[in-house]
Amino acid sequence: MADTLPSIRLDHISRHYHMGETSVRAVDDVSLSIAGGEFLALLGSSGSGKSTLLNLMAGLDRPTAGSIVADGANLAALSPLELARYRRNTVGMIFQSFNLLPRMTLEENVELPLRLAEVEHSERAGRVREALERVRLTHRIGHRPSELSGGEQQRVAIARALVNRPKILLADEPTGNLDSATGEAILNLLRNVQSQLGMTIVMVTHERPLAERFADRLATMGDGKLLATSPAPKAVAQ
Amino acid sequence: MKARDLTDLALRNLREAILRNALTTLGIAVGVASLVAMLSLGVGLQQLASKRLSQSGLFDTIFVTPKNNFRGMGRPQPRTAQSDKPPRPLDEDARKQLEKLPNVIEVYPQIRFFTEVRFNNKPYSTVVAGMPESSQNSGAFDGMQGNFFSSGYADEAILQIEFAKDLSDKPASLVGQDLILRYAERQGNPLAGSDASAAVGGFSVVPKELKLKIIGIVETEPAAGYGGYGNARLLIPLQTATTLRAAQVNDLRDIVRGDSSDKLTYSSLSVRAKSPSQVETLEASIKNMGFNAFSLLDASKSLRTFFSVFDLLLGIFGSLALAVATLGIINTLVMAILERRREIGVLKALGAADADVQQLFFVEAGVMGFLGGIFGVTFGWLLGRAITFGTNVYLKRQSLNPIELSSVPWWLVILALVFAVLVSLGAGLYPASRAAKLNPVDALRYE
Repeated sequence: MADTLPSIRLDHISRHYHMGETSVRAVDDVSLSIAGGEFLALLGSSGSGKSTLLNLMAGLDRPTAGSIVADGANLAALSPLELARYRRNTVGMIFQSFNLLPRMTLEENVELPLRLAEVEHSERAGRVREALERVRLTHRIGHRPSELSGGEQQRVAIARALVNRPKILLADEPTGNLDSATGEAILNLLRNVQSQLGMTIVMVTHERPLAERFADRLATMGDGKLLATSPAPKAVAQ
Repeated sequence: MKARDLTDLALRNLREAILRNALTTLGIAVGVASLVAMLSLGVGLQQLASKRLSQSGLFDTIFVTPKNNFRGMGRPQPRTAQSDKPPRPLDEDARKQLEKLPNVIEVYPQIRFFTEVRFNNKPYSTVVAGMPESSQNSGAFDGMQGNFFSSGYADEAILQIEFAKDLSDKPASLVGQDLILRYAERQGNPLAGSDASAAVGGFSVVPKELKLKIIGIVETEPAAGYGGYGNARLLIPLQTATTLRAAQVNDLRDIVRGDSSDKLTYSSLSVRAKSPSQVETLEASIKNMGFNAFSLLDASKSLRTFFSVFDLLLGIFGSLALAVATLGIINTLVMAILERRREIGVLKALGAADADVQQLFFVEAGVMGFLGGIFGVTFGWLLGRAITFGTNVYLKRQSLNPIELSSVPWWLVILALVFAVLVSLGAGLYPASRAAKLNPVDALRYE
């Protein structure tokens, strides 16, 4: 169930790029409030600006105008170091192409955010195991990503995103590289994690049926603008 | 990120591209090796020269002469208040007084005279020199045939090889044989002192002979001390030479100056200090005693300057290879950025700060530099040993004594390691800063 207090609040956010003489408005004056514990799906066609908006929420990019307040912090005002700390402690990210480091085992991949957050060595093994248990992959702990299926790799990516116990999980097309059954399993997993940990999830997808089944709310973007927000049919049914 | 995690990740990254990183490290090792080999040769040569020179006594010896010694003979003395007093003679009293000065090891006279030697009833002209016992350690007698003098008073002689060749076609066979030294002994004028007219002076010169046993043959011309024995071909113990009271060049000058005294005076004395650093103060004390004093300390300073410049030049040549290795590091790390662009993006998305990424690349460069430094010092040392070995093989063929041509002191090891790491870090500066500045969104998009 979503908290009433907003977890993320976007206020007249714009992100413009300059490509030679022309200016591209990837995100154009978007205002949106996402409640704590809410599962929001960002829908839209390719180039609609949904991934750019997600990157802004992740603190990977800075807005040209407007403000983003996430977990009480105005991201536009944070220094690069504070922004890195925000990415480390407040948000977890998963990607369409998993982005696991191929040379590392599952354990090492999941441990990476703990290293960056300077978590004590003695605490790490337990936290890694706990995260892998949540995605039911402890039996593959010593394997490398290349030895896993796409769905398993995405589950490892979810474990890596969860290991630092973030309040916000940002997913960029998490089912884009998976078949429909595996995609559904991943979204089930995300939904379970959300209900167990009470975290806010923002998921970028262009698969409306899946979004309608798993998200609480749908936000549709087009040409950098927020076209509409609506509760998901599932949420309405509930 | 903690240092342990940073090092762990850096080592992991280096292991992943092991061939390329090993080759880069090898490049650094070759650079460091060339630097170490060059400097070890410089240091070795400097040590060799310093050792030989300090053994020769050139830089710890002060050459003392009476004040009047360098004024032209027969030239009138300047009429000053001071010159009314006759200059202090360099006699036995003066020698004892010099011996008592602080930091003095020994004081010995320079006794050298031109004379005739008879061997197998044939006359040979040569220069005889008295050698102090300390000259045994001067390095001049290293590798000599036969032995050094059994005592300071022994009636023994060491021949210089060229003179030995004059005496016999087989110089080695001379050892153990006798020769006759014919010399002119200076004897006091019996009239001096009893007759006022004798005040004008004079002394008798009486021909004498001394049988000497040849105990050794020396290859090089001994050069002990300033104004040493370079030209002497027949060497005898100093005390033996002193007791001979052989007439020397300055005796003629004494006659000209009207010095009738039978008292033993020296034309010069060599004062050896405990170390070259004490020469300067000792020289001043001797001058205060009323003698002329000279040393080669300034020459020693020039020598040190020469070796500093020499080392610098060797260092520059050695560094050229290291400069090439630096380009190798830059190239390797820039390539690594391109290859690991996406990984850098992931690290940043997971919360790595710019400084974390920068430090990661720095540590990788530093590790390559450190490992390259260790291998380089080892290679450099081996190279130095090989050059020394090769040189000694050549010297042995030339029947010369082996030398220690290269030297790798501990400071050179540390210096080379620090230099290798610093150069590598310097080379990593640009790639590391480029990696740190990478836009994470662009990096994540990179395929």
